[in-house]
Amino acid sequence: MRIFLNGAFTAALLGALWMMVLATTFAVAAAFATGEAFRPDLLLSLLWGLIGGLAVVYTGPGKSLSMVIGAAALVALSVIGLPPVVAELSLTARILVNGALGLIFGLSQPVLLAEVTGPGSQTRHAIEDAVIRFLTGFGYIFFTAIVAIPFYVMVMTSLKSQSELLKNPLDFSIDLSKGWDLFRSYVELFRDFNFGDYLLNSMLISVLTVFITLLFSVPGAYAVARLRFKGRAVLSRSILLIYMVPIIVLALPIYIAFSVTGLRNTVVGILLIYPVTTIPVALYMLQGYFRGLPHEIEEAGLMDGLSRLAVIWKITLPLSLPALASVSLYVFMIAWNEFLLAFMLLDDPSKFTLTRGIASLNSSEIPRQHLMAGSVIATVPIMVLFLGLERFMTKGLTAGSVKG
Amino acid sequence: MTHSPLPPRGVTPLARREARLAWGLLAPTLISVALVVVIPLLAIFWISFKPIGLADLRPPAPILRESLRGSGDSLRIEYRLRNSSQDKVIENVVITDTLPTDLTVTGDLPAGCALTGRDLRCAFDQLEGGYNERLRIPVAAADEDAAEEAAEGSEPQVSGEADSILTNFEFSTENFARIFDSDEFIAVMGVTLFYTVFGTIGALGVGLFAALLLNKSFKGQGILRGLYLFPYVAPVIAVAFSWLILFDPFSGSANALLIRMGVTEGAINFFGERPLALIMVTVFEIWRYFPLSFLFILARMQSIDTDMYEAADMDGASPFQKFWYLSLPQLLGILSVLFLLRFIWTFNKFDDIFLLTGGNAGTRTLTVNVYEQAFAISNIGAGAAVAVVIFLCLLSFSVFFFRFMSREEGL
Repeated sequence: MRIFLNGAFTAALLGALWMMVLATTFAVAAAFATGEAFRPDLLLSLLWGLIGGLAVVYTGPGKSLSMVIGAAALVALSVIGLPPVVAELSLTARILVNGALGLIFGLSQPVLLAEVTGPGSQTRHAIEDAVIRFLTGFGYIFFTAIVAIPFYVMVMTSLKSQSELLKNPLDFSIDLSKGWDLFRSYVELFRDFNFGDYLLNSMLISVLTVFITLLFSVPGAYAVARLRFKGRAVLSRSILLIYMVPIIVLALPIYIAFSVTGLRNTVVGILLIYPVTTIPVALYMLQGYFRGLPHEIEEAGLMDGLSRLAVIWKITLPLSLPALASVSLYVFMIAWNEFLLAFMLLDDPSKFTLTRGIASLNSSEIPRQHLMAGSVIATVPIMVLFLGLERFMTKGLTAGSVKG
Repeated sequence: MTHSPLPPRGVTPLARREARLAWGLLAPTLISVALVVVIPLLAIFWISFKPIGLADLRPPAPILRESLRGSGDSLRIEYRLRNSSQDKVIENVVITDTLPTDLTVTGDLPAGCALTGRDLRCAFDQLEGGYNERLRIPVAAADEDAAEEAAEGSEPQVSGEADSILTNFEFSTENFARIFDSDEFIAVMGVTLFYTVFGTIGALGVGLFAALLLNKSFKGQGILRGLYLFPYVAPVIAVAFSWLILFDPFSGSANALLIRMGVTEGAINFFGERPLALIMVTVFEIWRYFPLSFLFILARMQSIDTDMYEAADMDGASPFQKFWYLSLPQLLGILSVLFLLRFIWTFNKFDDIFLLTGGNAGTRTLTVNVYEQAFAISNIGAGAAVAVVIFLCLLSFSVFFFRFMSREEGL
């Protein structure tokens, strides 16, 4: 294992791996940005990264010097035709991409090897530190790419026309010169496909679901958290158990019952079902919060002559506003994103929710930019809400959410 | 009166009042949950023992149409009576109608019919399945056009008693026999197991990696944390369709990229080929749910006492040693709880696969099979039987889960 503690070996290995990661990233980014063919040459990346890593560990240059040398070296390599990122198109494009790659590699390699003092034998600490720095860099690139690309595809597709999409699927650029014409799919969705109504329906159903859920779960959570009665332990467990029953199992009898009673295709029917799927988790989250509140304040209220219900209304609820906010947000998110029940129970286009409306766009006759524009319309409100109130949201998610 | 030093025994009035209040507060929740969860669960057990299809949801009923046919001597009222079901019997069928005043009955009434004044009443003991007959009543009228309008204007009434398969006491184990016997069942179980196990482990592993990345404070940490939660927060239908478009075999960017890079020769049908489709839906599951495990693990990491790490630093522990010997044992609790919960929830997952592949190309899990049997093949009984199997699996997971949860501190 001694070889792993050798500075030169680590520098060469990490340099090679890092160059491969960066070259792939640059090639993919350049291909998506221009729609042209860029491709990483992994063998050449490995070779040049290895040499670059060794150069850094042997000479120990500063960041700025290493940056300049890296960029210059890769520009020179592109000119002679042996660069890490191959572009079939023009020399300028190749020089630009590879120069930027060299710049970033030169900048980051000394940072990766910051704790490694030289080519000789190193402490375990220094080597592991370098490996962790490499993994961190890789992790940021990896996660940002896998999260951002699908969402970017969603937005980009919704802004294009059918012919542009078919012409070059690789082209991720958005033609800003089209101005307002970019949003044609959105205008058509609102004008011809009633998406305004769907948006309102979704809004109404989600808000009402939040209210009904709170109305039911707040008293229930208080009872489970504070009051003593037989069966409390069993009850608080069965709440979680109910939470684990899959909707698809319930959907079948609900479908039958709604068909027989005529509740299918009604907003009332949806409002009967949605809160019940969210009440257990809301109750579970809230009772955890209520337990954490100090008894003494409530007892003081009781001593001063308030009834239990007045204590809940005047003391407990104002104290738990943050918890109520996160529960509301979480319930709103579940109701807004719900797809299966809306899909099974709603057939009448005037009562569609957004998710059901998007499902109705999924046919071969409707162009895909409409489908993606619909997806963006459904995603944006929940994202805005989420980013604006992220503090509550993350709290709400960790407090009791185990649901998928 | 002597004062006892012991506290009062038994249930005091105060405690009784408290318990009453508690049940009162819980009542709305309990009633609604019973209506929407418990009753449907019982119903699904009931239905699973019934040979019932989508078309049997409405019980068979007699259907009647009235018309005035012919002219002059052959003028007649025709009642066309039909059984809506092809194979079920309807009993005690009664037709009542009022004949218009300008019509006079000229011939014999059909068997089973009787006329009192202008009120016609026909009774039949039973209509066989597929029954479809015409009852003819010869009549005469002064003005045939007016008579036609009058005859067809008065709606005849019909009633009958039929046995609804949903409510009778006929049971069979045919549904279970059908699902267990087919070769498909083993394949479905295999797919479910693969999807659940790898989906859960993958989401946990990726989540742990993401949590390790963000477990330090730096500028932009909040933004990245928000960004990494996107897959979980966005509506499933939106992200599923984005994936489908990204990986489309004809015009998807992923295929175009791979072909341009020279990784593959032709386009890959990511969601349409065995076994790639199953791998892709599992990857989607990992992608969509790693944020959840990442959030929980990060929350736990940030509550670990930093003293321990400082002590380890003093003793010269390397970063990997600190992770392996300090962080991981601290995270073991949350990791195992997350594993069990995510396992159950991945097992229950329906929307994702339904939207991505519709259960085709070897991605049919148990939950998708419920939908497939009940709605695609229109065999509600078989769908219910699969649902019962899911529920029983779940019940056994839950027993295991609560055994375990009582040892681990709760979430």
